[in-house]
Amino acid sequence: MELATVVFYIFASVLVFSALMVISARNPVHSVLFLILAFFNAAGLFLLIGAEYLAMTLVIVYVGAVAVLFLFVVMMLDVNFVELRQGFLRYLPVGATVAIILFVELMIASVASLKHPHEITAKAKPLTHLVPNTQAIGNVLYTDYIYLFQVAGLILLVAMIGAIVLTHRTRSGVRRQKIASQVARKRSDAIEIVKVKSGQGA
Amino acid sequence: MEHAFFGTIGIFHYLVLSSLLFVMGIGGIFLNRKNIIIILMSVELMLLAVNINLVAFSVYLGDITGQIFANLPTVVSAAYAASRIISLE
Repeated sequence: MELATVVFYIFASVLVFSALMVISARNPVHSVLFLILAFFNAAGLFLLIGAEYLAMTLVIVYVGAVAVLFLFVVMMLDVNFVELRQGFLRYLPVGATVAIILFVELMIASVASLKHPHEITAKAKPLTHLVPNTQAIGNVLYTDYIYLFQVAGLILLVAMIGAIVLTHRTRSGVRRQKIASQVARKRSDAIEIVKVKSGQGA
Repeated sequence: MEHAFFGTIGIFHYLVLSSLLFVMGIGGIFLNRKNIIIILMSVELMLLAVNINLVAFSVYLGDITGQIFANLPTVVSAAYAASRIISLE
């Protein structure tokens, strides 16, 4: 066996093993750590296949943000580990049945679609190997798929605003500067001119 | 199935791998009904399986578009990572 094949099998087996541990580990913290391992191995597979940009994105975004946020949530919540495990064995038969049926169906679909490779290859535009992977993605992403890119940015913006709105609470009893009411204040609201005759001012 | 990326590894290996990951995500949702954190992690696994599928077909067909679509699950999961940490708080 040549080296690339061996590397594929190493990454793939570690990926499958860590995915198995994600769903079956007793401690949710261990699940998150195995999820990080799974992401790293998937990034290795992407590198192997030549998708360098996505491999780096996977490491930065998934491992750096998503998995760490998972870790945050797991550690902030006070979880009862014993209670969480209830129903594991009860749902095992139906879960395994659904999973096996789905896997067989996916395999049938894959084999059937790969029986006729000409039909799908005929529609494809060839990759140009003259430019690096990241540049090739950028060439297409900022031209043909610019609306897709903008909508992705809008989704992130909506998520950010939603997060701010949901966590923002106005506390009572805090004296805070209200610039709008300061600006809207008129001269007549603030001062009153009283004509006082001389000698009666007191 | 003659097309191989390198050596003996072809598209079919990647399809089997991503199918396995996807199925494990489904199974994880069934098995951990009580634990919403693990359910969300199973959803992440399913997104990863979709990503692997997209990238494998992108290389197999020689079309960069698949790798552009593979960015979208990343955006979505980053967006809902933000809302998840609020909803679980």
